[in-house]
Amino acid sequence: MIEIRFAGFGGQGILTTGMICATAGMDLGKNVTWYPSYGSQMRGGTANCSVKFDDKAIASPFLRNVDILCAMNTPSVDSFMGELKPGAVMFVDSGVVPEDYPVRDDIKVVRVPVNAIASNCGNPRGANLVMLGAMAANTDIFTVEEIKAAVEKYFKKKGIDNPKNLDCLQEGANC
Amino acid sequence: MAEKVLMKGNEALAEAAVRVGCRFYAGYPITPQTEIIEYLSWRMPEVGGTVYQAESELSGINMIIGAAAAGGRVLTTSSGPGFSLYQEGISLLAAYDFPAIIIDVMRVGSGPGDIRQGQGDYWQITRGGGNGDYRTFVLAPNSVQESVDLIKHGYEIAEKWRCPVIIASDATIGQTMEPVVLPEFEEHDPKKHDSWRVRGNPTLEGKDQHLLANVFMAMDWVDNGSYFEYYLDKCKKMEEAEQMWESYMVEDADIVLVAYGCSSRIARETVELAREEGLKLGLIRPITLWPFPNKAFEEAKAAKAFCTVEINILGQMVDDVRLAIHDRVPVDTVGDFWGVPDPDRIIAKAKELLGL
Amino acid sequence: MPDIRLPKSLPEPGLWCQGCGHGIVSRLIMEVLEELGVAEKAIIVEDVACGAMGMYTIDSFWGSHGRTIPAAIGIKSINPDAIVFAKPGDGAAYSIGVAELVHAALRGNNITVIVINNTIYGMTGGQMAPTTLPGAWSATSPQGKDADKYGVLDVFKLIGELNCAYLARGELYDIPAINKTKEMIRKAFQNQIDGKGFSMVEILSPCPTNFHMTPQEAKEYIHTEATKYFPLGVRCDKE
Repeated sequence: MIEIRFAGFGGQGILTTGMICATAGMDLGKNVTWYPSYGSQMRGGTANCSVKFDDKAIASPFLRNVDILCAMNTPSVDSFMGELKPGAVMFVDSGVVPEDYPVRDDIKVVRVPVNAIASNCGNPRGANLVMLGAMAANTDIFTVEEIKAAVEKYFKKKGIDNPKNLDCLQEGANC
Repeated sequence: MAEKVLMKGNEALAEAAVRVGCRFYAGYPITPQTEIIEYLSWRMPEVGGTVYQAESELSGINMIIGAAAAGGRVLTTSSGPGFSLYQEGISLLAAYDFPAIIIDVMRVGSGPGDIRQGQGDYWQITRGGGNGDYRTFVLAPNSVQESVDLIKHGYEIAEKWRCPVIIASDATIGQTMEPVVLPEFEEHDPKKHDSWRVRGNPTLEGKDQHLLANVFMAMDWVDNGSYFEYYLDKCKKMEEAEQMWESYMVEDADIVLVAYGCSSRIARETVELAREEGLKLGLIRPITLWPFPNKAFEEAKAAKAFCTVEINILGQMVDDVRLAIHDRVPVDTVGDFWGVPDPDRIIAKAKELLGL
Repeated sequence: MPDIRLPKSLPEPGLWCQGCGHGIVSRLIMEVLEELGVAEKAIIVEDVACGAMGMYTIDSFWGSHGRTIPAAIGIKSINPDAIVFAKPGDGAAYSIGVAELVHAALRGNNITVIVINNTIYGMTGGQMAPTTLPGAWSATSPQGKDADKYGVLDVFKLIGELNCAYLARGELYDIPAINKTKEMIRKAFQNQIDGKGFSMVEILSPCPTNFHMTPQEAKEYIHTEATKYFPLGVRCDKE
């Protein structure tokens, strides 16, 4: 079982990131669940979603022992760092979470300047994809190629063809 | 095998309805079921169906009542506060022997409550919240796949028994995305119901008229006792024939959890966690809330107590479990209001029931 | 009883009180449907109350009180070839079912609605309606209707500016009036056949029993008093 939390501001593509991740898991033949926080928080509020992967049937879609947190802002670190299990990995946007920000010492923290990288790729709204790329490179849940395929599938279904999306993923994986 | 797609529970319900021939939907926006009306607003026109965003739930349910009277496969959906408004119409659907599916994507609380997940509508969906005495089928999926499967099954039993079907989903099952295999497309021809639907009386002779009213009026204007027998017999047969449930490690369980929908997922996880520490828990998951799966409880011979797991305060399902086991052993509940019951709390309750 | 020649779709007179207008309206509707050649595919959605006592042979659906219009919309949607009409009273159409009426008129649903306005709740025994005239006695306005408190609802003002293909009001006072009303009903059904949209006729109708009047007095009351608040004629007629 792998438990992942994506969190950030509404409008940062948090829910989409989770969906792409879940699509990748499904295409690897795993059982997956994706569950959003939902409700009155629209654009600008906080958003988060949880994704679970397992070879077995997944009982509850709610998270319990979180393996990975992708935190796109400091409130997300505050809210969700506590639920990580020892040895878990937390990805943070180093552009907004200061280097000296207090974090747990029993987890691994991967700092990625996602917004800067996305801007350099000419795709400032692709910060979430940079994060996904970094996640693929720094964990063993899926490869960079597998997540690329999921991104292509996801956006193709939406009728969006933006090669810079894949650039963002690759740059994220490179850091 | 057909391709799996990743879909939200709510959207899967909508797509499944389209695929099994539903061509009429009327409803009103309410969180957390709004994806259904949004989805059908673009999907129905693609297949030549009709969607109305009605001015209220009252209008919505009566639109589908009319469409059901004309023989269509029909759907309306809501969440608790709007579902309450459907009760007038559900009473009529039952009194007229009309097939229809009404979905309640449950949220929490009485009154307006709140949009987070809840299971507080058990009483209003299983007891018949409208006037008179009647029964409706109540199907409670606990996954996206089962949401889809129960739409197809729902129309089948609605038409077989000529009885409305309520599908009791909840905010979690409705909002969760999971891989799902969708049903094949099938056509529904309203003419299939030509023996009873309003279609236009071709001869204008009284004997050929279809007068759709309370069934007791249509079947016997003089002696309504025949309706008494008819309806009692119908309900008994439905109760006997249509119970559905899933049992998980029940046979040797000391404590049997009873849960449906979203909370059954947590209950199943709890059984797995408890078994790891040597605590013999089991789970009965009613898939039909009415008829309540009394037969499922025959297997639970070792149970020293039962415990429902629900997202409500009062343990609304406890009464049905007590009836199912004839109060042989204690029945308790673990509930929650602003969240979902935590496995640790359920295990603590199980230990308490075992005197550990 | 004199020999009455009735339409095929109305083989028996209804069960209404002496001097009630419901019987006349039922007959007019069935005559029109037969004359238009659509009685065999007509479906009536009846409300709960006096209006539901017609002995028609066309297919009938008895809706919930005030909800006949959405039910008619549902039937028409599944069976677009049928000629579907709702027949609520003034309490159903203008009180409990007013939202359903307004939105059907706003959407312009292609159905026909025939409202019988007798300015009172008949079946339940003469309670005040939104159409009860100022000062008029009813079982729930025993001192006379307080119009400052309750007002009087004229459907022309309510939905006249919406999306009605046809909206008219007739009465049943005498033969010329009845013939005029019949032509209104004909137009309201012809519109549905032609797919023109929401078409409605309101018919002022006496209720001598609940007015506590003789049939002749009730007829005069509707003709002289009710028409002051409910102007006769055609309010909307879209080409």
